[in-house]
Order: sequence, then structure tokens, then C-alpha cells
Amino acid sequence: MAIAAKRQEASVSPLAAPQLAFADATLALGGKTIIENLNLGVRPGEFLCIVGASGCGKTTALRLAAGLYQPTSGAVTFDGQPMLQPRREIAIVFQDYGKALLPWRTAAGNVSLALEAGGISVTERPARIDALLRKVGLPGHAEKYPAEMSGGMQQRLQIARCLAQEPKALLMDEPFGALDAMTRQGLQDEVLSLVAASNATVIFVTHDLDEAIYLGDRVVGLLPHPGRIGIELAVNLPRPRDQLATREHPEFLRLRRQLFDFIKATEQ
Amino acid sequence: MTLDRAKPLMLPIGALLAFEGWARATHLQSDSLAPPSEIVAALAGALADHSILAATRDTLFATFAGLAIGSFIGLALGIAFGISDTLDRLMEVTVEAVRPVPSIALLPIALIALGFGYRMEIVIVAFACIWPILILSRAAVRSVEPRLMEVSRVLRLPAAQRVLKIIIPAALPRIFVAFRLSAGIALIVAVTVEIAINPLGLGAGIMLAQQALRPDLMLAYLVWIGAIGYALNMLLTVAQRRLFGRAALSGDSL
Repeated sequence: MAIAAKRQEASVSPLAAPQLAFADATLALGGKTIIENLNLGVRPGEFLCIVGASGCGKTTALRLAAGLYQPTSGAVTFDGQPMLQPRREIAIVFQDYGKALLPWRTAAGNVSLALEAGGISVTERPARIDALLRKVGLPGHAEKYPAEMSGGMQQRLQIARCLAQEPKALLMDEPFGALDAMTRQGLQDEVLSLVAASNATVIFVTHDLDEAIYLGDRVVGLLPHPGRIGIELAVNLPRPRDQLATREHPEFLRLRRQLFDFIKATEQ
Repeated sequence: MTLDRAKPLMLPIGALLAFEGWARATHLQSDSLAPPSEIVAALAGALADHSILAATRDTLFATFAGLAIGSFIGLALGIAFGISDTLDRLMEVTVEAVRPVPSIALLPIALIALGFGYRMEIVIVAFACIWPILILSRAAVRSVEPRLMEVSRVLRLPAAQRVLKIIIPAALPRIFVAFRLSAGIALIVAVTVEIAINPLGLGAGIMLAQQALRPDLMLAYLVWIGAIGYALNMLLTVAQRRLFGRAALSGDSL
């Protein structure tokens, strides 16, 4: 555990060049500016959380990062290259897992889709699928269809499919928003250990401020209409995080207060 | 339970019995009507000498061949139009101009080009089957969950794989409904072509019975064709329920 924590700290050197960067990115859809002049760099291995009131453009920012939208002006770059379309090394976990999984494929089949897209040979797939399902805590569910799985299991499955892409960056759009509190806490810890193991860069969008502080190395709060950065907080809490100890840490409480005040102010 | 299930049958059975009684009482002499008992006897005779079975084979061959060709063309076009807005707009006028042409109106042209026989009939059946499949599969492709399309973009699935692995499976339940509709149409059109001109199959059989002044045999053919249509629809409904569950049947309202 200590090793994972060290690696995480080492990889998030503030001097490192950003892996994923928004440079003056502006996005207008239907004549309405959703995101304006967003400047934000995410360093390799960093866990960045984006919070904000509903409609502040946090999901849109994530879709820009995924290459699903193109900025109206400015740029979004990955490893220094502009993102003109989605890239295989950037995976996105959607909030609505029910819609993002193929209902006619089993759990194994859903993971397999990412491997097929990646050109992994038929003979290699079963072992990979097995390992990925084990990794997200779904061993023994390979032959189940999404409809036969709980919400938490379906979201694990979507995460497994994203990991099958062997992503350098993992974008997560309120992934636990639709899950109950207990499932959510379990998945938070699993995502932290999966990310620590893969050393992927993460952008995690959530409206749950506690979740953002608990998970992130840094939390960015967006202001609405149009979306822009309102606050940026470094989270200097020791890793690995712990559901009880971390949430009782004085620094956690200080950040939480600061973030709540910010959100309150934006809503007025 | 059994009484409940028998209830809907009581009216038609009663009507048949009444008609049988009336026909016997009046010693019915008609070129168009025959008592049910004679129809049953004629049907049994036609089954016994295999004439109606051979005709059924001919009609079903033309029906299924036309259905297969029409479905393939309709599906390919429907998927292409559903995916590409440009193509759809480009072809819109053409499709809307050709679609309302009653398939049977092609009969004279098809007859000149292909002559009597299976080929002409299959072409006309195929033409009739293209449209429902095209229209419904285009709509089905358009309504594929947008999130799945995004997943395929993020995974960088090549276009062919996107169609094969995402679009077709997602649209399949609704495409099957279209196929079922087309199967019904195919049988109707095949029999119509046979009645109109083509000297084979059940349609030709019914015309032959009429010209031979055999109302019993003519009506036996009619009953048989109805049974074939009913069986075909039942078969496809059961297949649909087996393959896609009850959810797909909601597409019936289309």
C-alpha cells in the first residue's frame, strides 16, 4: 500500500508537463457558450476531480477531453497533440452504465468489444477478459447479461471494458451518481486501487464534493454560464485514502468547507 | 379456463353450422358458394392427390425467395440511409416516388421482361418487401441508443465493425418486426400475382377451381391460403418472442 502511495506521489510531480491540457478551450453549442476559455492541465498520473453546480459544463468539459466534442476555439491536447477525435488510449466511463453496455452481450462479451476494437487476437481474449473481470471484482459473472446484474456490477463492468483499452487516461463522468451510498464507497476505493495499479491519469467529474476531495489529488470547481474555473484546490491528504480516517482528517474538513462555500456562492 | 378459450370460437362455429343447415335445407346450387362439409371434402381430396401441396410448395418458394431478396435489399438500404444523412437526403425523392407504386402494377413490365414463372413472381414479391424493411430498419438504426454510438467512437471501432457489432444487433428486434410484416405482404403479393396471371401455385389453383365451376374446391383453396398465412405469422411471432422477448412485440404498434 505504501508503495502504491509513493508511486502516486512521485508520478504527480508539479514539474511534469501536462498530459491532457485545455488551452483557451471554448465550446459553443447552438449559439450558447457552454465552456469559455478553459485553461487546465492534467499531469500524468494525476487524479483530477471536477465539481460544480448542475449545468456548469463539467460533463461537457469531459466530453471535450474525450474528443467527442471539438472546441469552437482554443484546443484540447493529449501528449502535446490536439485531440481531433477520440483516441484509444483515452477511456471514458459514462454515468448511465445501463445505456453504455451492450444488452445483447454477456459481461465477457462487453469486455471483449474493447479487445476486438483493439485488434487483440481471438486466442488472447479469454485470458484478458478473465483477468479484467477479476480485477473489477466480477469473477464468476462472465456469462451474465447486464440486465441480470445490479447497478454497481454494471458500472464495474463498464470500468472493466475501459481498462481493456489499457488507457493512459481514464475519464469518469459521475460514474457513481446513480448508485447507493454503500456501493459508491466500495467502488471509490476500488477505483483508487485500480488507478494506483495502472498509474493512469484520471479526470473524475462529480457533484458530490466529499467524493471529489476523497478521491482527488486536485479539485477544480467550475462556475456556470458559461463554464469556467472558479476555484482550484490541491488535496494534500495521505494515500492510500481511508473511508473513515481520511474523511475525519482536519485537512479534509477544511477543504470540504472551502468547497461548500464556493458552491453556495455560485448558486446565489 | 377452457370455456373462456372456447368462447371466441363459438360465433364462427355457430355461423358455419347455420350455413351448413341452410345450404342443405335449400339444396344450394351456386357457382360461388358451397356448404362447409363440401369444402372440407374438397380440401381433403386436394390434400390426398397432393395437388394443393404442390401448389403450396410453389407459392411458398416464390414467397420466401422474394422475401429474402427484398429483405436483403431493404435492410442494406435502410441501414445505409439510417447511418448517412447525406445519402438519405439524396435518395429521399427517389424512394418516395418509387415506393407508392403498387407492386402488382409492375406485373405487365415484369411479364414482358421475364415471362411467366418463378422469376417474374419473385421480382414482384421482392419489390413489395423492400419498402417496409427499408423504412423500419432506417428508423431502427436512427433510434439506436446514442450512448452506444459514442462507445463505438471512443473504442475507435472501424465502420464495418460498428455496423456489425453495434448497429445491427441494437436494431435487430425492430428489424425483425419489419421482417414479419414483410412476410405477410410477400404471401399476399405472391398469391395475387398467381391469381392475376402466373400459372402456378395456390393463386393459380384457386382460379382453376373457379373456372372449373368448383366452388367447393375454390373455397377450400381460400381456407388453405388463410391457414398458411396464419401459420406463417404465428411462426414468426413465436420466433420473435423467443429471440427478443416480449419487449420486441411492442414494435407491433408500428
